[in-house]
Amino acid sequence: MKFLNFFLVILIIFTFNILKADEIKIQNKITKNLRCLICQGQSVYDSDSEFAISLKLVVKNKIEEGFTEDQIYKFLTKKYGEWILYDPQFNKNTYFLWFLPLLIFLFGGAIILKKLIKIKK
Amino acid sequence: MKNRIVYFFLVIFLIFVFVIFYRGLSNSNLYTPNTDIKSIPEFTSETFFKKKTLNSKDIFNNNKFYLLNIWASWCVPCRNEHSLLINLGKSEKIEIIGLNYKDNFNNAEKFINELGNPYSTILIDRDGTKAIEWGAFGIPETFLIYENKIIKRYIGPLNSKLVDEIKNYIK
Repeated sequence: MKFLNFFLVILIIFTFNILKADEIKIQNKITKNLRCLICQGQSVYDSDSEFAISLKLVVKNKIEEGFTEDQIYKFLTKKYGEWILYDPQFNKNTYFLWFLPLLIFLFGGAIILKKLIKIKK
Repeated sequence: MKNRIVYFFLVIFLIFVFVIFYRGLSNSNLYTPNTDIKSIPEFTSETFFKKKTLNSKDIFNNNKFYLLNIWASWCVPCRNEHSLLINLGKSEKIEIIGLNYKDNFNNAEKFINELGNPYSTILIDRDGTKAIEWGAFGIPETFLIYENKIIKRYIGPLNSKLVDEIKNYIK
């Protein structure tokens, strides 16, 4: 019986560890996608400025409160504007940004196709 | 003929790029966020002297202008704007609330004793999370509030011109 109890305690501790690890993983993922607004070219994850330290804490608290990744992004864009996200969302300001690579790809494809047709002839 | 067209487009393209980058030179690289925060965020915080827990709802509830000022004793620009705040605090129409950002209690107390206390209430933000609720990212930062709405936000220290602007609002 004693052994069983001991085993159970160990088991519980290990499951909590896994939960915690997951939380840290998602916290790092989120903070890597956040721009540190007062640093130059650094993410919140990389930075040790006062602002970034606080923001990491906020993200951690929000995860503990049960917020999902998207909800955290939404919360922060509401406070700081979309500039805080490294991964810009798809909206009317970013159509050009998102479609430009596709356009260039199609353009390149067209050039190649034209050349191929020419060679065949 | 074909070469000339290519050449022509290349020149146009280079001019286009040059104009864009040249115009970019004069853009400010200081970022001010365009936030959607119109109403005051909800939070609870401890007060500085009495250590009482206050909810944000209980602070900004009078029919009055409020000025929320985020400050710290280690912040040099805060020291410079402090005399302006004391001046502004003399007015009956406005109440100045301080948010002490990531500070050591003794240092903050010394700061207040040395320079005077313009704040009717000082709230404590030990870990900086409450400032984030306000969408602040650097201090000092000041918010002018009326009827639970943020009317105006000042990033950076106040100067006499901005104080005049605030005085115009509260007239």
